[in-house]
Amino acid sequence: MTIAASFKKRLKYFDLDISFSYAKKSMMVMIGPSGGGKTTIIRMLAGLEKPEEGRLSFGDEVWFDSMRGINIVPQKRRLGYVFQDYNLFPHLNLFDNAAFAAVDKKEVDELFELFRIDHLKKRKPHMVSGGERQRCAICQALARHPRILLLDEPFSALDAITRRGLREELKNLKSKMSFPIIYVTHDITEALYLADEILPVVEGKIDDQWMQRMITREPSSEVALRAAREPRLTLVY
Amino acid sequence: MDYLALYVTLKLAVVTTVLLMVIAAPVAYALAYYRFAGKSFLEALIYLPMALPPTVIGFYLIIVMGPKGFVGRAWGMLTGGSLLFTFFGITIASIIYSVPFAVQPMKAAFSKIDRRLLEAAYVLGLSKRETFFRVIIPNSISGIAAAAILVFLHSIGAFGVLLMVGGSIPGQTEVASIAIYEAVEMMNYKAAGMMALSFIPLSYAFLLLINKLNEGTRT
Repeated sequence: MTIAASFKKRLKYFDLDISFSYAKKSMMVMIGPSGGGKTTIIRMLAGLEKPEEGRLSFGDEVWFDSMRGINIVPQKRRLGYVFQDYNLFPHLNLFDNAAFAAVDKKEVDELFELFRIDHLKKRKPHMVSGGERQRCAICQALARHPRILLLDEPFSALDAITRRGLREELKNLKSKMSFPIIYVTHDITEALYLADEILPVVEGKIDDQWMQRMITREPSSEVALRAAREPRLTLVY
Repeated sequence: MDYLALYVTLKLAVVTTVLLMVIAAPVAYALAYYRFAGKSFLEALIYLPMALPPTVIGFYLIIVMGPKGFVGRAWGMLTGGSLLFTFFGITIASIIYSVPFAVQPMKAAFSKIDRRLLEAAYVLGLSKRETFFRVIIPNSISGIAAAAILVFLHSIGAFGVLLMVGGSIPGQTEVASIAIYEAVEMMNYKAAGMMALSFIPLSYAFLLLINKLNEGTRT
């Protein structure tokens, strides 16, 4: 199944103009400085935002086509979407959250074991840690049997150690997934560690040179482009 | 003590609360989540009953619901009866009198819900309607309850509007607030005092409950 996207939209500080396609059942990491349009692109994939012009298809299905006036609602795209935070419903416990849109509730138990949060089933989201919440959010997305999994900086609100642990879990997990994953980050370390393919997005456009510039630049020569938060030394993985 | 008047009061308050909450929920939803032309004008119009003297509301309701008014005439053609001086008539009056007290707190409770939660629900496949029942209502339940209690108390307290639209027919439109007034007029202070006294614990208990609910949303 190929995701083919081409989006144009005027944003506040720049024009977003991007096309890409992705066919593999592996992980594509969309990287770039914060405020560069990555989240907007993900929201367009999910159907939460509408491009001014463009086209989006998944396999034979057309999800968006500005020429033909097609815009399939998010409900019918069947995606998994994990935000940085705010995925979980505060009135439900973790299990009910993950089972919220589950195809089969029995699978939620298995997912909870896999993500090692099965002892927290009855807890409400505010009673568990940020890492546990994000684990549950991923379970919630997977239980729906998504056709694409969108992860928008899912770990960036977490502390460095938890983040690194979850990153490893995700890397181990992705081989078991039978659908493409699109992962958004501004963290080069994370991108290099997780990605099968990298899509650098800077100010709404693809910029293949951005990562090299970020890695090779002299620390003092240029203002950091609001990215690469971890020290450069951690590049040695 | 005039138990019949107390009964009419409670019946009116319960019917008003139930009907008004159902009517006001979609209005509050639209005001909280949609942007449309003339929204602030519409919103001010909905809150108008709060700012008008009850007798002004009563006056216009008489005009509209009377035999020559368009609502009264339509009702007459449908049922052959009159809307004025009936329980159904004062129910309509009571609903209009309390509309702001239902819409405003519910709108506030709906607006407090993070938009991203709704988006999460849409991506998970829930329609707007399902999202309303499975996400919005459970997460604004204390605001909804506070709105319901306010409406209930406000319709218990209604006087001028009901007197104008319903008069004072025992068992039909004579509510306790009117019965108290009439008892005082006839110098029957004992009956008035008993009825007046019965309101205090009821209203006080409900206000305490509202405070509890508001505390609950803050934590």
